[in-house]
Amino acid sequence: MDIYRAIADRTRRAILDELVDRSGQSLFELCARLIMKHGISSSRQAISQHLDVLEAAGLIRTRREGRSKLHWFEGAPLKAIGERWPISTDEDTSHSTDEDNEK
Amino acid sequence: MRINWTSVVVDDQQKALQFYTETLGFRVKHNIPLGEHAWITVVSEEAPEGTELVLEPAGHPAVVPFRKALVEDGIPYTAFAVDDVEAEHERLVAEGVRFVQPPTDLGTVITAVFDDTCGNLIQIMEEKGQP
Repeated sequence: MDIYRAIADRTRRAILDELVDRSGQSLFELCARLIMKHGISSSRQAISQHLDVLEAAGLIRTRREGRSKLHWFEGAPLKAIGERWPISTDEDTSHSTDEDNEK
Repeated sequence: MRINWTSVVVDDQQKALQFYTETLGFRVKHNIPLGEHAWITVVSEEAPEGTELVLEPAGHPAVVPFRKALVEDGIPYTAFAVDDVEAEHERLVAEGVRFVQPPTDLGTVITAVFDDTCGNLIQIMEEKGQP
């Protein structure tokens, strides 16, 4: 799974947003945040599959804490994007937008 | 018909009794020995005549995989209402309680999830007033 396909989905980007907001979340917490904060009411099973895709792309990692499975954001694979298409520092970046924040 | 009792399945009734009373602050309402186990119920100090929580022994084999799956995904099967999640979190952390999820603002509610040390995750929830 390449990172481009992994982040080419609104739900998966929202999952990453939430894991950046707080590291080490359970499936339950992620699902609660997705429905309450993003209006994403996918089933736990669907979210679990999205997590599998993100993990396969190396964008999240999981760890057991006690008897619960928790998830962390792993940003390192995204560095490849910046290295492939470097941003020149003298360019005006003030017009950049974030389509995920349009609501 | 009234909802007088609800249950939480616990690994060890005596350990649960200690946690639910000494740590959480509930009060014992019934403690009736029934052979190997006992019928133990606790109530909230804020509502001693309210719903009783039965500390049910985890005797049935199906309970094991069921609770294991819930805990693995961080799912609290039981939830309690509190006035102030932040304050309860602070109080319980000082008592040594392990939280799986710290207080989280979800818009209409603030929630947190802790481990009851008896095989369950418990959610505490504060409903936010209308702005």
